[in-house]
Amino acid sequence: MLDMFTIAELTKLFNAIPGAVAQGLIWGIMAIGVYITFRVLDIADLTVDGSLGTGGAVCIMLMLTGHNVWVSMLGALFAGMLAGMVTGILHTFMGIPAILSGILTQLGLYSVNLKVMGKANQAINVDKFDLLVSLRFIRGVPVYKNTILIVAVIVAALIAVLYWFFGTELGCSLRATGCNDRMARAQGINTGFNRVLGLMLSNGLVAFSGALLSQYQGFADVNMGRGAIVIGLAAVIIGEAVFGKIFHNFALKLFSVVLGSIVYYLVYQAVIWRGIDTDLLKILSAVVVAIFLAIPYWKSKYFTKPVKKGGAK
Amino acid sequence: MLEIKGISKTFNVGTVNEKQALNQLSLTLNDGDFCTVIGGNGAGKSTMLNAIAGVWPVDEGQILIDGQDVTKLPEHRRARFLGRVFQDPMNGTAASMGIEENLALALRRGSRRTLRKGIRSQERKLYRDLLSKLGLGLETRLTSKVGLLSGGQRQALTLLMATLERPKLLLLDEHTAALDPKTARKVLELTQEFVEEQNLTALMVTHNMKDAIAMGNRLIMMHEGRIIYDVSGEEKKKLTVDDLLKKFGEASGGEFANDRMMLAN
Repeated sequence: MLDMFTIAELTKLFNAIPGAVAQGLIWGIMAIGVYITFRVLDIADLTVDGSLGTGGAVCIMLMLTGHNVWVSMLGALFAGMLAGMVTGILHTFMGIPAILSGILTQLGLYSVNLKVMGKANQAINVDKFDLLVSLRFIRGVPVYKNTILIVAVIVAALIAVLYWFFGTELGCSLRATGCNDRMARAQGINTGFNRVLGLMLSNGLVAFSGALLSQYQGFADVNMGRGAIVIGLAAVIIGEAVFGKIFHNFALKLFSVVLGSIVYYLVYQAVIWRGIDTDLLKILSAVVVAIFLAIPYWKSKYFTKPVKKGGAK
Repeated sequence: MLEIKGISKTFNVGTVNEKQALNQLSLTLNDGDFCTVIGGNGAGKSTMLNAIAGVWPVDEGQILIDGQDVTKLPEHRRARFLGRVFQDPMNGTAASMGIEENLALALRRGSRRTLRKGIRSQERKLYRDLLSKLGLGLETRLTSKVGLLSGGQRQALTLLMATLERPKLLLLDEHTAALDPKTARKVLELTQEFVEEQNLTALMVTHNMKDAIAMGNRLIMMHEGRIIYDVSGEEKKKLTVDDLLKKFGEASGGEFANDRMMLAN
């Protein structure tokens, strides 16, 4: 089959791989945020479609107004946490179902993101600002400036911190809240507080990912988070399907989510390379995620024998 | 130890499903009382336990534990006083977490969850010792996920978790009803052991009248959201299942005939 492609075409594909890996890593941070709500807290949180853009908008605007890149990314992180807190309060204090709470925040964030940027799109010039990551820093830059390396280090540090946190008393109580909130309350755990905390943590990471993404692509856009939840879920599901059988440790599970995200972007590049209409990518993602989400249900419904997960390969 | 003063609770107010589950119920438990609770379906047994645990607020009345008014405290803040075991073995433990992680969560009932390590290494020895007393072989499986355990094992573990930090009051809500007879027997034996060892005050809801008579020093019968019979000490020891059925018949006007209570005879 490979004979069908010329060397030039294959070179094009190989050249696209580093970019795909960089994007996959950046989105991997976002996917870790989704993992925290979807898998640990057992909430499908749609806030992320808004908070990703918020992270991008806040980071770019802070940098454009002369702030240091780290300060700007920290600002994005806090903005995301604030968004998560709003969803958490809507859900726990106001009793609105989690999905609807996320949708409400997400909708509100669209206005917030527009107001933060003042318009729908804000570009940042890689030559004039000291960006941490950029699609220009993939090749031909000193190793310490290489975007893939920098993001990989950030991902490793984040996984280490999260691994530590979910092993603490508070982190354990958060896992118990998601696993069995009735048991958690019986053990004296404030499940409402923990849900808010988990949503803040998750959206903080998502916004941080948005901050990196906007630097990487050189602009923040009010629509950059559209469908982010689906990409995040796809990364979580691909990671579990491919590495679920071998990775049992919590840190490795987070790592597999990042790998899932990288796989997603590699496939994405391959699809573009084959010349498939990129307009169709979103529906392709949606279909793939829908099928993977259905697999555990089909298994329980049509196979009486208890099977462990991972049959989706 | 426990003082319930005239609590009422009505569910689904203003709908066709309106149901008064608790009706001016009062009960005082002395320190060290092990009280069994019987009654037909819908008598309010579980509702009473949920009211004590604070699953939802009561409509009226007051609940005091060890002299402290807990009526307005949320569920997770009352947990410091209470050990709870539920009917469904799935409810009392976190399935995706390890045995030791579940125990560590229970050991911290009533204290603030900090950023210290979730399990300290010296705790593991305590857990191993306590688990070996259950006689279920769990002491060698500290890191196994609780979801892999059988219902009986999970219920025994929940019982251990409920008493790990000595509760002022132990609430057992038909905690053997979902188990097979042999396992149920084992869990009841463990219950007896734990209560005696720590001299706990306990409320145990059961559908099995023999167990209700055999266990504890006090027995209450509930009907339509209130206590209709309260017996303790020597008088309780002399009770028979027939006595209870007769009492129940008197109170409910004979409508007990098709009740689940009969099946447990």
